[in-house]
Amino acid sequence: METIIQINQVYKSYEEIRAISDISVDIQSAELFGFIGPDGAGKSTLFRIMATLLLPDSGEVQMAHLDTIKDYKKLRTKLGYMPGRFSLYQDLTVEENLNFFAGIFKTSVSKNYHLIKDIYQQIEPFKKRKAGDLSGGMKQKLALSCALIHKPEILLLDEPTTGVDAVSRMEFWEMLHKLKTQGITIVVSTPYMDEASLCDRVALMQKGKIMGVDKPQKIVDLFSKHLIGVKAKNMYGLVNKLREYPLCHSAYLFGEWIHFSSEQEVVKNKLQEFLRSKGIYDAQMQNIQPNMEDSFIDLMTQNIIE
Amino acid sequence: MRIFIIKEFLQIIRDRRSLLILFGIPVVQILLFGFALKSEMKNVHLAIFDQSKDAYSQEISRKMLASGYFILDRNLANAQEMDDVFREGKVREILVFGNNFGEELEKNGNAKIQIITDASDPNTANIVYSYTQAIINDYLMEINATTIKPLMINIETQMRYNPELKSVFMFVPGIITIILMLVSTMMTSISITKEKEMGTMEVLLVSPVKPWQIIMGKVVPYVILSFISAIIILMISYFVFLMPFAGSLGLLLLETILFIVLALSLGVFISTVSKTQQVAMLLSMFALLLPTILLSGFIFPVKNMPEILIWISHLLPPKWFVIIIKNIMIKGNGFMLVWKETAILVGMTILFISLSIKKFKVRLE
Amino acid sequence: MKQVIVKNLVKKFGAFVANDHLSFEVEQGEIFGFLGANGAGKTTTIRILCGLSAPTSGEVKVATYDIYTQREQIKKHIGYMSQKFSLYNDLSISENIRLYGGIYGLSRKAIKEKIEEYIEKLQLKEYQTLKVFDLPLGVKQKLAFLVAIIHNPPIVFLDEPTGGVDPITRRQFWEMLYEEANNGKTIFVTTHYMDEAEYCHRVSIMVDGKIAALDTPEALKQKYKADSIEKVFIKLARG
Repeated sequence: METIIQINQVYKSYEEIRAISDISVDIQSAELFGFIGPDGAGKSTLFRIMATLLLPDSGEVQMAHLDTIKDYKKLRTKLGYMPGRFSLYQDLTVEENLNFFAGIFKTSVSKNYHLIKDIYQQIEPFKKRKAGDLSGGMKQKLALSCALIHKPEILLLDEPTTGVDAVSRMEFWEMLHKLKTQGITIVVSTPYMDEASLCDRVALMQKGKIMGVDKPQKIVDLFSKHLIGVKAKNMYGLVNKLREYPLCHSAYLFGEWIHFSSEQEVVKNKLQEFLRSKGIYDAQMQNIQPNMEDSFIDLMTQNIIE
Repeated sequence: MRIFIIKEFLQIIRDRRSLLILFGIPVVQILLFGFALKSEMKNVHLAIFDQSKDAYSQEISRKMLASGYFILDRNLANAQEMDDVFREGKVREILVFGNNFGEELEKNGNAKIQIITDASDPNTANIVYSYTQAIINDYLMEINATTIKPLMINIETQMRYNPELKSVFMFVPGIITIILMLVSTMMTSISITKEKEMGTMEVLLVSPVKPWQIIMGKVVPYVILSFISAIIILMISYFVFLMPFAGSLGLLLLETILFIVLALSLGVFISTVSKTQQVAMLLSMFALLLPTILLSGFIFPVKNMPEILIWISHLLPPKWFVIIIKNIMIKGNGFMLVWKETAILVGMTILFISLSIKKFKVRLE
Repeated sequence: MKQVIVKNLVKKFGAFVANDHLSFEVEQGEIFGFLGANGAGKTTTIRILCGLSAPTSGEVKVATYDIYTQREQIKKHIGYMSQKFSLYNDLSISENIRLYGGIYGLSRKAIKEKIEEYIEKLQLKEYQTLKVFDLPLGVKQKLAFLVAIIHNPPIVFLDEPTGGVDPITRRQFWEMLYEEANNGKTIFVTTHYMDEAEYCHRVSIMVDGKIAALDTPEALKQKYKADSIEKVFIKLARG
């Protein structure tokens, strides 16, 4: 495998505010790589630096063996970039948008149609509709088609799934997996932790820093605490009582269950007894496996302590 | 490039607001100016100072009053009264026949009428004058049809209180200028900053498109549309308001294109320094449009302004364009008499284009 | 007591039916999750419930008031928070609270108490003088919620309140919602985070303008033989 993106100790500040600091990551060719983190983690800044749109304060970035500063002109022909907001012309139709973006890359829709076929076919029935009138999921598909139309080597997708419903998100990731098989390197950012498991490797970002880079499963395995899932009818009361338990490290709502973590193993019966003494009689418990979000929260709290 | 221009056209045509700015506002403005001024043309108070009282002078006076545009305010007995009637404010025009008007006309075939107008209301004054002139010419045609030796009447005009005479005709160059400024500068700067706001600029920048291509893609459609808009204004002023057109149409159109390109390059320059549509709009409005209206000599004569404002007005492109149009349309001057102003506009255009290309960022910062 | 009663609600835009005979009720103190794919018609329904748009037909009551005849009363008795927080970025925290308190006609004294209460509750002492613009996203979001319920409405509508927020803050926000629901406030919420759907007491899932499913998360999972609401959602939305 060949390293196609090299990010080396990149720093960037806007006036006083540090957007990203000391970012170093290598991304392999044909890899599906995810930057995972909430708003304000610095994902967009990093993407813009990779897309040659921003200059880092220090550090360097090599993309497809080209420097993002010196060789930006050459590099731009090899990049497909989809910025955070779907950057389409809202007042142009689906078809006009696609033709336009093909045009500015000096190619035609028919020439690379095979690349976008699977995606574009889903929105083709609406090709006479204005992009502004499309639903979030369809806009996302159109934007991806536009970013792909010139057959880029590297695809940079900045938060393509934000604000998009779960079904469209799932379909979108299926498309990315197909594209990967065509040898395109795909770099994605997302605030949804559950999407991390769909990447080959991920970098967890928080407040401009990378907290960890690895395969999703490896990152989940980093979670070293003992985890118990607890639920009861009154979840709000339960989460508060759980936090009062002496061995509690953290207790957070996780969908149906509350994830209760502790440094040492907790005997369920004892915990049950404790809850009863606090007036919660209907608590159910089970052992659970940590997920990406557990790890992220854990890494976040560690970083705060540091 | 081509694809850019097509896209821009599509966007402009679909946006009702920009179509309105491009074509609606110019037409409405010129019609408003024109008709507001035209409607006053009825029952204009006229004073006659007839020192000759012969058949010719009385026939001209009769024709004037019979035209329906004028009513006789009074006959004047001596020259002192002239100032008085104007000061009273009702009388707009005094028709003065010299001592031996009819005699001279018969003897020399040539006589003189003096028309004195109150030009403090310049538009009325101008219209009143042209109506009078038309009536006298009519009369001449009438009597010349029956005589062998054509008679001539020299009309001597005197504009009181506003010798520069600014009128609806003077407004047309001003309006054309303002509208071209408004449309070209504001619309281009807004349409470029809109791309920044929508995030599409990011994608354009990352593509291999060159900055000058992006700029040209923006400019070309607006050159064409503004030019059409300018022609519409010219046609309305010529056909509806009978604006005189003394000079060369070709030259005027070429100068118009030059000014449009200048305004557009200014618009591009504004967009390179502003991040949002709002900023671009404010910059074009307050930094350009207001000074243009106030300082270009379109409403207030530049001559009477303080030194410093005169200097500022020299820096404003519209000022030079107003001079050019006035010279071509009203005075009928050829290129030799407007080359200096043209050169200034060309210089400014080159300056703004090179500034824009230099300032246009290939990155986001 | 029921805070929302919707019977056979229909909303058409021309020939397009955005809401097709919706019927549901929301109890006081309930956290009601209102899910649906983009374009399924959620926003249309929320706009109707908030009195911003009139239904084509059907019966709608919000906070016991009728949507056709008592729209102004409804506006006084609901809170609303959208994904674009409605706080003014260039005002400070207390200025924002004062503004919204004023809009809803709170007395000076009540506003002063609210400012103290909120600053205490969100531990904002250190941020007190900052403009909202400079606050961390999570703080902004919690403040936006508190401001939305400053007039103590019985029901509050939240439209994707947690987009882009980090996982810890997201949970703190939900705990705040639980607390308010415990105190009897009705919470009507939309979200794209499917795990958040599990926090709701009941969930409705909209597909193509109709309510395709409505029940407790538990019951829905059993019925559709899925181990998460996300899978239920995908099953339903994919048809």
